[in-house]
Amino acid sequence: MPASYIPPWEDLLRVLPEIVLTVGGTIAMVLEPLLRPEKKRRLGWLALAALLVALWATAVAHVFAGPAFRAMIIVDGFATFFRALVIVVGALAVLCSLNYLERERADSGEYYALVLFSVVGQCLMAASNELIMIFIGLEISSISTYVLAGYLRDDVRNNESAIKYFLLGSFATAFLLYGIAWIYGLTGSTDLSEIRRVLANPELAPAGALVGVSAALMFVGFAFKVSAAPFQIWTPDVYQGAPAPVTAFMSAGPKAAAFAIFLRVYMTAFEPVASRWEPVVWLSALATMLVGNFAALVQNNLKRLLAYSSIAHAGYVMVAVTAHSEIGTAAAMFYLVAYAFMNVGAFAVVTHFARERERYVNVDDLAGLAQRQPVTAALFALFLLSLIGIPLTGGFFGKFYIFKAALEANLYWLTGIGLLNSALAAYYYLRIIVVMYFHEPGEAAATLAPPAPALKVALWSSAVATLVLGVFPSLVLDFAGKSATLAR
Amino acid sequence: MVNFLDLIWLIPLFPLAGAVTMLLAGRRLDPQPPSEVALAPGVAAASGGNGHGDAHGHHPAAPGRFLISLIGPGTVLLSLLFSAGAVIQLAGLPEKVHEVVKYTWIPAFFFHPAGGGGARLAADFGFLLDPLSAVMILVVTVVGFLIHVYSIGYMGHEGGYYRFFGYMNLFVFFMLTLVLANNYLLLFVGWEGVGLSSYLLIGFYFHKKSAGDAGKKAFVVNRIGDAGFIMGMLLMLATFGTVRFVDVNAALAGREPETGFGVLSAIALLLFIGATGKSAQIPLFTWLPDAMEGPTPVSALIHAATMVTAGVYMVARSSALFALTPQTSFLVAAVGAATAILAASIALVQNDIKRVLAYSTVSQLGYMFLAAGVGAYWVAIFHLYTHAFFKALLFLGAGSVIHALGGEQDIRRMGGLKDKIPVTYRTMWIASLAIAGIPPLAGFFSKDEILWQTWSSPLGSKALWAVGVVTAFMTAFYMWRLMFLTFHGRPRLSEEASRHVHESPPVMTVPLVALAAGSVAAGWIGMPKIWTWFGEGFRLFEHWLAPVFAAATAHWHAHAEAHHDVSIEWALMILSVVIAAAGIALARHLYLVRPDAPEAIRQRAAPVYNVLYNKWYVDEIYDFLFVNGLAKGGGSLLSRFDAAVVDGGVNGTGWLTRFTSTLSVWWDTWVVDGSVRLIAFTVKMFSYPARLLQTGYLQSYALVILVGVAVALGYYLMR
Amino acid sequence: MPQGYVLLFLFMAIALAFVLALLLLAKILRPSSPFETKLEAYECGIKAVSDARGRYAVRYYIIAILFVIFDVETIFLFPWAVRYKVLGWFGVAEVAVFLGILIVGYIWAYKKGALEWV
Repeated sequence: MPASYIPPWEDLLRVLPEIVLTVGGTIAMVLEPLLRPEKKRRLGWLALAALLVALWATAVAHVFAGPAFRAMIIVDGFATFFRALVIVVGALAVLCSLNYLERERADSGEYYALVLFSVVGQCLMAASNELIMIFIGLEISSISTYVLAGYLRDDVRNNESAIKYFLLGSFATAFLLYGIAWIYGLTGSTDLSEIRRVLANPELAPAGALVGVSAALMFVGFAFKVSAAPFQIWTPDVYQGAPAPVTAFMSAGPKAAAFAIFLRVYMTAFEPVASRWEPVVWLSALATMLVGNFAALVQNNLKRLLAYSSIAHAGYVMVAVTAHSEIGTAAAMFYLVAYAFMNVGAFAVVTHFARERERYVNVDDLAGLAQRQPVTAALFALFLLSLIGIPLTGGFFGKFYIFKAALEANLYWLTGIGLLNSALAAYYYLRIIVVMYFHEPGEAAATLAPPAPALKVALWSSAVATLVLGVFPSLVLDFAGKSATLAR
Repeated sequence: MVNFLDLIWLIPLFPLAGAVTMLLAGRRLDPQPPSEVALAPGVAAASGGNGHGDAHGHHPAAPGRFLISLIGPGTVLLSLLFSAGAVIQLAGLPEKVHEVVKYTWIPAFFFHPAGGGGARLAADFGFLLDPLSAVMILVVTVVGFLIHVYSIGYMGHEGGYYRFFGYMNLFVFFMLTLVLANNYLLLFVGWEGVGLSSYLLIGFYFHKKSAGDAGKKAFVVNRIGDAGFIMGMLLMLATFGTVRFVDVNAALAGREPETGFGVLSAIALLLFIGATGKSAQIPLFTWLPDAMEGPTPVSALIHAATMVTAGVYMVARSSALFALTPQTSFLVAAVGAATAILAASIALVQNDIKRVLAYSTVSQLGYMFLAAGVGAYWVAIFHLYTHAFFKALLFLGAGSVIHALGGEQDIRRMGGLKDKIPVTYRTMWIASLAIAGIPPLAGFFSKDEILWQTWSSPLGSKALWAVGVVTAFMTAFYMWRLMFLTFHGRPRLSEEASRHVHESPPVMTVPLVALAAGSVAAGWIGMPKIWTWFGEGFRLFEHWLAPVFAAATAHWHAHAEAHHDVSIEWALMILSVVIAAAGIALARHLYLVRPDAPEAIRQRAAPVYNVLYNKWYVDEIYDFLFVNGLAKGGGSLLSRFDAAVVDGGVNGTGWLTRFTSTLSVWWDTWVVDGSVRLIAFTVKMFSYPARLLQTGYLQSYALVILVGVAVALGYYLMR
Repeated sequence: MPQGYVLLFLFMAIALAFVLALLLLAKILRPSSPFETKLEAYECGIKAVSDARGRYAVRYYIIAILFVIFDVETIFLFPWAVRYKVLGWFGVAEVAVFLGILIVGYIWAYKKGALEWV
């Protein structure tokens, strides 16, 4: 270690998004007790501003692309892609939350601070190139999300959700940490490129089974965060119990970031031993798709249904991971963007429809929504169609690229079963559309007020993004394709 | 002179504009209280008759309604004119192909990130007009336009008028996209789009639960086929690196037919699975009869004339591929023949007028696949084209009957209608002769050609031909059973219906007459080769399509020519006409001359009758196997498992807490009677899993995660 | 399974077996004659009056958490204190940021009333 270590100023620019978000979150937190109650709502706008500045900062950081802080952080296309994604998801979540918090009469300062801190963690995950950094990012993101899941302290469901998420999350993270310790013990490094170098060198490489053990242990941690089987078991309960906008947030942002580190670790460090982990990921992808889709078939609670659907979608992305090719990585990246918009959009509708204390969260409550609020119903239908994977929506191309990548990796069975699964999935999404369009308006739809302006913005921007991804996929695909080649 | 060829991209856009206008502004044009949206046909007709509808501005003559009635068919008419212009200009081109690319949809590099070459490997928003798509757009726009006009009358009394035309226009847009696309991906966009609009239209009467269910069933069954289509498309992409028709055909040129089951056969098979979904073939045909829950014009347009033929179009479009894969081609022919006879046998005993026609459609689609499977692609398209006329006419006629009777659909409660609704009767009479295969009506030429090709083609066989002939007999029988029961004999109407009965307004009967003209004359451009005295001009259809299928037929054409035997063809032709006439005669005998005979036969052959009446129990079997067994069973099993785990998680955590505290208490006193405690502890430890199983505390989340860890680790340690 | 690690596992197994064997041996060999006084936690001093696992007021936890945060985080000052000359002004700035965040947290906790024992 050199006697004096002062990082070059570019290094600071490379973590500019994180700095911006941290400062924004801290300000929001400290202003909360200082402001009068009626002014607290403005903290949401502060958070939104911080996220927009962070988006700009992401672009700035990308201009100065390169490794930072002794290569613990790396700013490359991949990092920029996921940073931008999680920041946008954060912004959409904030837009969904503005009225929700007011409706539930909850304090807003800490809420937005926690959202921002969670995004900080996700940005770090996206940009870290080193296991300890990955772990720190993951913990920052997770701990904030645990608290958000239980944000309405008086609500029993919130409490249940948070405590389950927290306990099981810690449990799974412990395995991740254990795996990191193993790989450090085996290779003497936590740097992904260095680990790769050691594993790829036949003279230095440690025994395969031991590398397998560490890969498996880390897989547990990642699989938990992306809710892949058999570690998906927490998802329905937690998603159902948490406040709807938080569910929107955590089903998209942390999941995307978790996939980012999953992809980065498995595509760089563990890439030389791909034949060892591929069968495990294969099996997990298969099980995830099956569990998600089959269990979703019989759900009546919208949030629970969407939770299972999000498990199924994680399964599709796992198929892309199994392909472990650059095309697979790009497909996964594209899918996560498409998924983020359609899923946040769907949850935004749920947020809007649920009303105070989330009274109306059953599928049947949606009866006749199309007659009362045709626009809301049409947007929801659009998100659902995209989740099914109908052409001209982002969801279609997401699936299309993933299965194409899988087929090129000769994963015939996985592709076939995956496609049948997506056929099956149409059933439960369509049920919602049928209820909305083909049933008489019930009490829930009849008493629905029009959506608040902020929520409208969230809905429309998700819808536009979903359509744009379906009609002009190359806008995102270009960048994903170029960024899929990870530094080694 | 307008260059219509460069404007073919406009053809689908007119109906899209119509759809957007309807769905956005239609509500303002045609205001109505929400509770009266979309009544069932009978109710609507009855309420219209009472003058009830006028009070709410429901009458077709209201200015907003008039505008809707103008825009809905008008946009399709525009498409028709542009199509006609483009086709006429296409005929003048020597190469008979015109392609227009509006926008490169997916960049090529993504498929070949290594930077593979400048070849156009991407998919475009591109449109291709060649003789094949020319036939299709004309069929879609002509039949579509007539059905739209008919709908003005048929849907006139119904709520949701604007919604109906909006969805119909949307359908026409997607259908035209489907047939004009220049690559499989854009074709698939149309493919899914027509599925979607079909779903919306089947569920149009959303007050009826069965309508919603039928729509959902259609969609989900189609999704299974689509999975095959996508997979075929992906495999094609992996094999050829392109999904453009032109490039795929270029890549196939010069290849020899596959001897075994290779990658080409796999692609063809997967595409065919997609086609079985959309075109209602075995094993995915069950959705089409249920789809009859939609309004009758929908059944005519989507579920008879156009959408369901998309699968045939797709197979014909891929003819170069199918021609190289004899095994898959045989499967196509076999599935087609099996579907044809199965559906025809079911149609023999159905009593719902629309269901008879639905099974008839399934059966006729089977004929088309039979033709495609034996390599006679142009004949498949020919039958598609003639079928569009007479089947649309049959459905519209059936709609007119239903309209006249105020919603009655059971042919056992009809009869003697021929003088009360003469136009409907006469036009349907023509269509029934056409579908039965009586010369010189349209159906005769296409059906006879199919049978002849099945007999003579090297890919065909005598067995398939026999199936075709039996089906032809059944077709003649069930169609004329329907005719005799509906229009002849003693009236068996309910009192209310007989008071209500009236001929439909001209806006409905004029399309019927137009389609009847088509049913008579449409076949005259595809006369058999042996009718030499008419000259080659009457064999226009084959020559027109020849460039499209040239590559496909090159492999076996010479062979077929050698076997062309004029006397056999004459014999077979006469045989098929005789058989059709026999079918009609039998129907006349049973349902007109001796009306008590059918009941006697039914009594005597009850098991056969029941099997047929219950549609071979296919729905029940599917329900049992897939819907209840696999989906519901699996789903509830999984969710029950989860529910157990939810409780288990809470209880498990509680248990864990209690357990640790107890453990520490034990520890304090352990020194005393440690051994006793140890034994108790051991027993408890080992009984815990058993107790878990018995009390429903199946597992805790953590335990599941631990099991997962153990599996993952075990995998690596065992290797 | 590579040969080198078999030894390791063997070693772990032997160690475990050794401990268990000794405990069992002691159990068999020693005389066991428990009586009340002997079973008490202490044979001298004050008698235990209640269970040690009692309940605490929930406010205690808030104070305890704050204590942990503000007390333990100062540990991060030690490495800087040891190397502050080498780290120079950059080090000072870093520590200032760190302490700044801590102070903001303190302000927040104070304003939220976390320090008041109601």
